[in-house]
Amino acid sequence: MKNFKKVMGVMMASAMTASVLAGCGSTKSAATADTQSAAAGTETGAASTDSAAAAGGTFKIGTIGPLTGDNAAYGLAVQYGAEIAVDEINKNGGINGYQVELKSEDDETDNQKSVNAYNTLKDWGMQFLDGSTTSACAIAVADYTKQDNMFQITPSGSAPDCVKNDNVFRVCFADPAQGTASAQYIAAHKLGTKIGIIYDSSDVYSNGIYQAFVQEAQKQGLTVVSQEAFTADSKTDFSVQLQKAKDGGADLLFLPIYYQQAALIFQQADKMGYKPLYFGCDGFDGILTVKNFDTSLAEGAMLLTPFAADAQDDLTQNFVKAYEAKYNLTPNQFAADSYDAIYAIKAAAEKANLTPDMSVSDICDKMKEAMTQITLKGLTSEKMTWEATGEPNKEPKAVVIKDGKYVSAQ
Amino acid sequence: MTKEKKRTLTTYAIVIAAWAVIEILMRAGLLSSHLQGLLVPMVYYAITAVALNICVGILGELSLGHAGFMCVGAFSSALFSLLTADVLPGGLRFFLALVIGTAVTALIGFLIGIPVLRLNGDYLAIVTLAFGEIIKNLLNAIYFGVDSAGVHVSMQNQMALGLQPDGQTLINGAMGVTGIPHDSNFTLSVVLLLLALFIAQNLIHSKQGRAIMSIRDNRIAAQSIGINVVRYKMMAFTISAAIAGMAGVLFSHNISTIQATSQYFGYNVSILILVYVVLGGIGNIRGSVIAACILYLLPELLRGLNKYRMLIYSIVLIVVMIVNWAPAAIEKREKLAAKFHPAKSAEKKEA
Repeated sequence: MKNFKKVMGVMMASAMTASVLAGCGSTKSAATADTQSAAAGTETGAASTDSAAAAGGTFKIGTIGPLTGDNAAYGLAVQYGAEIAVDEINKNGGINGYQVELKSEDDETDNQKSVNAYNTLKDWGMQFLDGSTTSACAIAVADYTKQDNMFQITPSGSAPDCVKNDNVFRVCFADPAQGTASAQYIAAHKLGTKIGIIYDSSDVYSNGIYQAFVQEAQKQGLTVVSQEAFTADSKTDFSVQLQKAKDGGADLLFLPIYYQQAALIFQQADKMGYKPLYFGCDGFDGILTVKNFDTSLAEGAMLLTPFAADAQDDLTQNFVKAYEAKYNLTPNQFAADSYDAIYAIKAAAEKANLTPDMSVSDICDKMKEAMTQITLKGLTSEKMTWEATGEPNKEPKAVVIKDGKYVSAQ
Repeated sequence: MTKEKKRTLTTYAIVIAAWAVIEILMRAGLLSSHLQGLLVPMVYYAITAVALNICVGILGELSLGHAGFMCVGAFSSALFSLLTADVLPGGLRFFLALVIGTAVTALIGFLIGIPVLRLNGDYLAIVTLAFGEIIKNLLNAIYFGVDSAGVHVSMQNQMALGLQPDGQTLINGAMGVTGIPHDSNFTLSVVLLLLALFIAQNLIHSKQGRAIMSIRDNRIAAQSIGINVVRYKMMAFTISAAIAGMAGVLFSHNISTIQATSQYFGYNVSILILVYVVLGGIGNIRGSVIAACILYLLPELLRGLNKYRMLIYSIVLIVVMIVNWAPAAIEKREKLAAKFHPAKSAEKKEA
């Protein structure tokens, strides 16, 4: 028994140290992603203006995403993108003449916490949900929005299951669509013939793209020479996967993964003296903001993403200018998706003549109908329309990293 | 009424009273939906804490694999519910899922117990940790689907299942299971918590329970009076695993999608549950329930403090641990209590 207590003491001490360190870790990574240090639960928009003083006189939109932890860059981008859109809308007279309030909640990329965040927003009086940012969380929350009949549009939840309920729409492409489009793009532009793939088998997003890519690659006559996986628990050393791709003679490495791992892969491939052409999807977006990452390693990497911050059209230029001025960051695709999501809500709400005093359920019913009737010119596409299934119709764009910046590929 | 019985009944009374108060608040619409959403997770963590307390407090063996048992319960019951989603009505389906989830976990707990319980102390703790991780990683690698031709299993990827067009992928590797029916609710969870408490408290006060505790206190002495050490150790470990599996069933039926990642079923979750048990008092079943409820709610209720909340949570944990269990703090508390209830503490001293 004495020994047992001793063991217990050590266990408990290490558990506590671990939890304290974990706390530090997440705060730190949040701080790197977000130098301006706007935090969870921030309210913007009409909260401060006079017209909002009358009760029931504002539309309330909530966003959910990881504002702390590993994927903070995504959640914060969704929050910031929505904030820019709401600021603009309020300045230009609101939706149907009513001002808009926005509130963002943190889910730490955890399904249950995402539901908790949703419930918090519901208590606040949310009428439209712009979230959740990540796929698994969006699926978990969709189960509850269905029960409440709350209108949900996910800016970046790309798994097919995200929109299986009729009250859920999305702005980004579905994962299979990205995989198919990538294979078609690579074949059409003859970027490579022997293709190596490294993907995250523990991630819905990565798996979805990977599966569709492999199926389409066969049809397009591309040879896949290596398909290697890693999981959330083994995502720091990629030498084995890279070696297999190199041995197979892959001249193009397809990486349907998030940017943190992509940055490591670039570094480790460079050390091995392996220089394939890198091709990724929208998860690559954010790679240029990784701390201590030599961006010259990413030179020439291509990604299929609907948004490039260097695009010359007025809409993108204004958005990027406002975003940089407010947050001192270059917006990524998540910010753009979220911005478009807010404008989609605006367009559909105006089409359906909504007023803030309507019940959440009535709003949702009208929004479902109106979403299929609107055509939106947004940041992520010149022309977007929505199917009743919740899927958007839009064109993918390819982006190349040149001189440490995203440039539209010709 | 004996003192033991009184204590047992008080525990049930506390749980039922808490349920009644929350239920009334909920009916009256006074409980925010944020809090309502926290209730079921809070109860299933309390149930797991009770389960672990049987292992740590009564059997006296440290297990770091209870999140793995939760994982088994969650996945096995989720599979059953998905397969029968269109066939069985909600209530019956959940009941059967509960039975299956608990039974499968008990079986796994029994099988793991065979090698594990040959060890003692910290060796046992490390091996349970390993088994917990194995369970998690196995479920991460498995692809499982059904179609008209039967069951397909693969360790490679979803395409390798070769499902017919009418097939359904049930476990999609690390993407886990999606589309689980939302069958659990707060009242059901509380009933299960009461069941867990009933099992735990009756075990403690039974002949078998006393045998188990005698093994904890002195194995050699217990053996010398003819107690079958292996049998009783297995019994406690299997019961503990089964109750954790029950909590897993609630877990999967409260959220439509589950993945076997470390975030939900890793050893850090096992340690979190251990924290509940230690904070509530090792061997103190009622304490585990209260500690689990408070510690689960705390970080969520601190949501307003944004990203500082996890830091504050850790500090609170350290402070509470010291105030509750440091010898100097206990002494001070007793002195304080003596000031207010001189008669009661004198009685205690004599006893």
